[in-house]
Amino acid sequence: MLSGPLVVVTSFLYLGLLFAIAYWADRRADTGRSVISNPTVYALSLAVYCTAWTYYGSVGRAAATGYGFLPIYLGPTLAATLWVFLLLKMVRISKSQRITSIADFISSRYGKSHLLGGLVTVIAVVGVLPYIALQLKAISSSFSILIHYPDVMLPGGAHTLPVWRDTAFYIALILAVFTILLGTRHLDASERHEGMVAAIAFESIVKLFALTAVGVFITFGLYDGFGDVVHQALQAGHLKTRLIPEGGANFWFSLSLLSALAVLMLPRQFQVAVVENSGENQLRRAIWLFPLYLLLINIFVLPIALAGQLEFAGMGVDADTYVLTLPIAHKQQWLALFSYLGGLSAATGMVIVETIALSTMVCNDLVMPGLLRRWRYRAPSMDLSVILLLVRRGAIFVVLMLGYSYFRLAGEAYALVAIGLISFAAVAQFAPAMIGGMYWRGGTRGGALAGLSAGFLVWIYTLLLPSFAKSGWLARDFLDLGPFGIALLKPQALFGLEGFDEITHCLFWSLTLNIGAYLIVSSIRAPNAEETTQATRFVDAMSINRPIAEGLWRGRAEVDDLISLTGRFLGEDRARESFAEYYAKERNIEDDAELPADGETVHFAETLLAGAIGSASARAMIASVVQEEPLGLDEVMDILDEASQIRAYSHELEQKSRELEAATAELKAANVKLLELDHLKDDFMSSVTHELRTPLTSIRAFSEILWEDPKIDLEERKRFLGIIVSETERLTRLVNQVLDLAKIESGHAVWTSSEVDLGDIIRQSIDASEQLIIDRGGRLKLDLPDAPAKVMADQDRLMQVMLNLLSNAAKFMAKESGRVEVHLKRQQNMYKVMVSDNGSGVPVKLQPVIFEKFRQGVEGSANPLGTGLGLPISREIIEHFGGRLSVKSTPEKGAIFSFVLPCINRGGAAPSNNPGQEAEA
Amino acid sequence: MTKKVLIVDDEQNIAISVEYLMRREGFDVSVAKDGEEGLAMIRSTKPDLVLLDVMMPKMDGFQVCSEVRADASLAGVRIIMLTAKGREAEIEKGLSLGADAYIPKPFSTSDLVSRVKALLEPKE
Repeated sequence: MLSGPLVVVTSFLYLGLLFAIAYWADRRADTGRSVISNPTVYALSLAVYCTAWTYYGSVGRAAATGYGFLPIYLGPTLAATLWVFLLLKMVRISKSQRITSIADFISSRYGKSHLLGGLVTVIAVVGVLPYIALQLKAISSSFSILIHYPDVMLPGGAHTLPVWRDTAFYIALILAVFTILLGTRHLDASERHEGMVAAIAFESIVKLFALTAVGVFITFGLYDGFGDVVHQALQAGHLKTRLIPEGGANFWFSLSLLSALAVLMLPRQFQVAVVENSGENQLRRAIWLFPLYLLLINIFVLPIALAGQLEFAGMGVDADTYVLTLPIAHKQQWLALFSYLGGLSAATGMVIVETIALSTMVCNDLVMPGLLRRWRYRAPSMDLSVILLLVRRGAIFVVLMLGYSYFRLAGEAYALVAIGLISFAAVAQFAPAMIGGMYWRGGTRGGALAGLSAGFLVWIYTLLLPSFAKSGWLARDFLDLGPFGIALLKPQALFGLEGFDEITHCLFWSLTLNIGAYLIVSSIRAPNAEETTQATRFVDAMSINRPIAEGLWRGRAEVDDLISLTGRFLGEDRARESFAEYYAKERNIEDDAELPADGETVHFAETLLAGAIGSASARAMIASVVQEEPLGLDEVMDILDEASQIRAYSHELEQKSRELEAATAELKAANVKLLELDHLKDDFMSSVTHELRTPLTSIRAFSEILWEDPKIDLEERKRFLGIIVSETERLTRLVNQVLDLAKIESGHAVWTSSEVDLGDIIRQSIDASEQLIIDRGGRLKLDLPDAPAKVMADQDRLMQVMLNLLSNAAKFMAKESGRVEVHLKRQQNMYKVMVSDNGSGVPVKLQPVIFEKFRQGVEGSANPLGTGLGLPISREIIEHFGGRLSVKSTPEKGAIFSFVLPCINRGGAAPSNNPGQEAEA
Repeated sequence: MTKKVLIVDDEQNIAISVEYLMRREGFDVSVAKDGEEGLAMIRSTKPDLVLLDVMMPKMDGFQVCSEVRADASLAGVRIIMLTAKGREAEIEKGLSLGADAYIPKPFSTSDLVSRVKALLEPKE
C-alpha cells in the first residue's frame, strides 16, 4: 500500500539519487572525463523544456482543446533547424565573452550595461515566478493525490492551510536546499555546473519513461491500442470537437512562434543550451534528438486525455491529473508511484535549473551592482568569493520562497497551461534585443531598454493584469469594459483589436511595440564606442578567431592588480593558475617576470571575471584597478576598421602568397626547361665543332703534305687538291646551313610568301640536280599533274627543300640501277610531294630522329656530302608554311620523303587547320 | 721488322691522308671504316699501333679501346685516339680507358708522325 511515509521516503531517495549522479558527474569532470561533453547528454538536458506543465498539463490541454497542446512542441521542432546558425552563434559569443545568463548576454551586447541586465533580470523573475509556482503546485498536488491511494481524491485549496502544514512549503524548502547543493556547492563561482546537467539529463529520461509507461498501460492495457481509444471516445462523444484545433491558424502560428522563442529565451533554456554547452559539436545531435524527444513525450498525450474523459466522465476529476489518477483508478500502485516520480522529475528539473539561472542573474545583475557601489566607499570585510556564494544561495532561497508565495496567493486561480504561456510571452520580449543584437550593429542600449520596457509593460497590461482579474484580485470591469470604462484600452482588445485569443493578442501588441521602440530609439543616436566594440564582437562572432582587444583599450595596468582582483572573486590560486595558463597558451610567455599588462591581458582578466560576476560588474571592477583613458567613437571605429582591413589584407596576402607559390613553380619548370635547352645547345655546339673540325682535318693534313713535299707526283697532287676543294665546299655548306638554321630557329629568317606553283618548283629543282643523279648512274621519273598546284610559300625556300630531298635521294639510291621518283598529287585540300629512291632505306629506329640536327640516317658509310642539317632545315621550312615533312621507309627497299602543303582556295588563301593528318594519310 | 699500323676512321678523306703519312714513314698500313671492322682487324692482324677515331657508326672509339684493353692477348697494341671531339672530359675518358695518346683533330702532320714514331720505338 502506498502511504505518506513511503511516498516521502521514495521522493527523498529519488532526490538522493539525483544528487549522487550530480556528484559522480562532478567527480568525472574533475578527472577530465566529462559526461556532459556527450552530445546525447546535452540534447537530454535541453528537454528540461518539458516541465510538469508538459507532464500533467499537456493531457489537460488535450482534454480541453484536442490538438491544441501540439504547437508548444511544434515551434521548437521547427526552430531547431535554425539552431545551426542562431544557437551556434549564441554559444560562440557566450563562450568567448564568458556570458553567464541571458541577462548578461543582453547587457554585454549593449555596452555592458547594469541597467539593461537589471531590467532583463526583473522581467525574467516576474515572468518566470508563476511558472516556478506552478511546479511547486504540481509536486504538492501529485503528492496529496498519491497518498490518498486507492481513492481518487483531488487536493483541496492549499491556501486554506496554515503555511507550516502546507506540503508545498516544505517542498519549496527542500528544493531550495537541493538547488543550493547542486548549483552552488563549490566555493567556486564558475559559470558551469556539470553535475547539475547530468542530473537534469537523467531526469529527462525518467519523465519520458514514466509518461510512456502510463501511456502504454492505458493504450494497450486498458484499451486495444490507439484506434480503440479513439473509437470509444468517438462513440462517447468526447472526440467530436477535439480533432478541430481551437483558435484557428493564427493561434497555432502565434503559439508556435512563442514556443520557438521560449525554447531559447527562457532563463533555464539559455542556461542548459548556451551556458552549460561544452562544445559546438553537441548542437549537431541536439537539432534532431531534441525534436525526437518532444515527439516521443507527446505520443500518448491524446490517448491518456481521451481515456481520462471516458473513465471520469461526470466525476469532476481535473484533466491535469489524469496521468496520475488513471493508474490509481485502476489500482496500479507502482505505476502510480512511477508516474508520480516522472512528474517529480519534470517539476524538480525545471525548478532547479530555472532557480540557478535566476539566482545567477539576480546576483550578477541586481545585487552585485549595488554591492559594488557600496564597496567603492567601504571595502568588504569578507572574502569576496564567499560573499558571491552567499548572494547566490540567498537568491536561490528567495526565488523559491517568492515562487511559493505566488503559489499561495494564486492558488487554484488559473489553469496550469495558461501560466506556462504567460511566462513564455514574458521571455519572448528578450528576442528583439537579443537576436537583433546578434545581427544588427545599429542597436543601442537605449533602444534595447526602450524595446524591453515597452514589451514588458504591454505584457503586464494585456496578460498579467487580466490573469489577476480572472483570479478575482482585480475588478472584472477592468477586463470587460476597459480601465475607467475606456473600451479602446480594454487589455485584451487593445485599440479595438478583437477576434484574437489573449496570447496572440498580447504577442502582437508586445512584439510590435517592443521591436518598434527598439528600432526607433536605436536610430535616434549612433552607437557609442563601447556599444560599437561589443556590436562587433557579437555580430562578427563567427568570423573573428582572436579577441579583438589589442588597441581597443588604452591605459595603464599592473598584472599583480589584475590577478589579485580576479583572485578576490575566484580564489587566489585559481586566478594565478588561469593567468599562467593564459600567458603560456595564448601569448607564448613562460617567464613570470615579464607579463605584459596590455589591452589583451586586461580583456582576458575582464572576461575571466565576467564568468563569475557578469560582464557589467566585471567591467566596473576592472575599471576600478586600472587607469584607463576612454576611447572616442572615432578611435574605436578606426581600430575596428583597421581590424577588418587587416583581415582583408591577410586574406589578400594569402592570395598573393598562393600566387607566388604558383609563380615559383612555373619558374622552376621554366628553369628545368632552360637547363634542358642549355644542354641541347651544348650538344649542338659540340656537334657543330665536330662537324667543323672534320673537314678542317683533311684540309690541314693534305695542305701540310703538299707543303712539305712539293715533289709529289701530279696524279696524287691533283687528287689531294681535289679533296681539299671538296672539303672546303663542305665547310662552306656547313657554315651556311648552321647560320640558316640559327636564323630560322631564332625567328630572324626573312620569309617571303607568295602564290607559287609546286610543279614549277619541282621542275626547276630537277633541272638543277638531274645531272647529279645521271652522274651516279641513276634514272629519274617525274609524275606531275597538268593543272597548276598553287600554294602560298617562299619560292627559294621550297627550292631548298626539294634540292635537299633530291640530293639525299641521289646520294642514297641503289649503286646500280639507281632510281629516283618525284610525284605531286592533290589530297583533298592539300598538295602532296613525294621523293622516293630505291636505296637501302632508313632503319626503323632512326626514322623518328633523322629530322634532328646532326643525325644522319645512314649507318656505317662515310658521308662526305652531308652536314646533318639538311632535313632539320627542310622540316622547319615546310612547317613554317603550314605543312608537314615525313618519311616512310622499308629498309632495303628505299625511302619515301614526302611533304604536304595546303592548297590555295579560289578567292583567298586558307591553309588547312590540321595538315598533320593529311600527311599521315 | 716493319711495324703494323691500323687506321680506324669513318671519314674517308682523313683516312686517306693518315694512310699516306704512315706509308711515307714506311709502316705496314691498313684501314678500317668503322668501329666493328676496326676491332675485328685488331684481333686478326694484331697491329703494333691503332689510330682510332671516336665518332664512328656501329661502335665508337671509346668502346673499341676498352674492348682492346680488356683482351690480354692484345696487350702490346698501342692506341692513339684521333678525334674531332676535343673537350677535356673526352680526352680524360680516352686516356682512362687505356689509350696511349689522344690527339685532337685537326692535327699537325709532323706532330702525328713524331707521336707515332715515339710510341713505336723500342723502350730500352
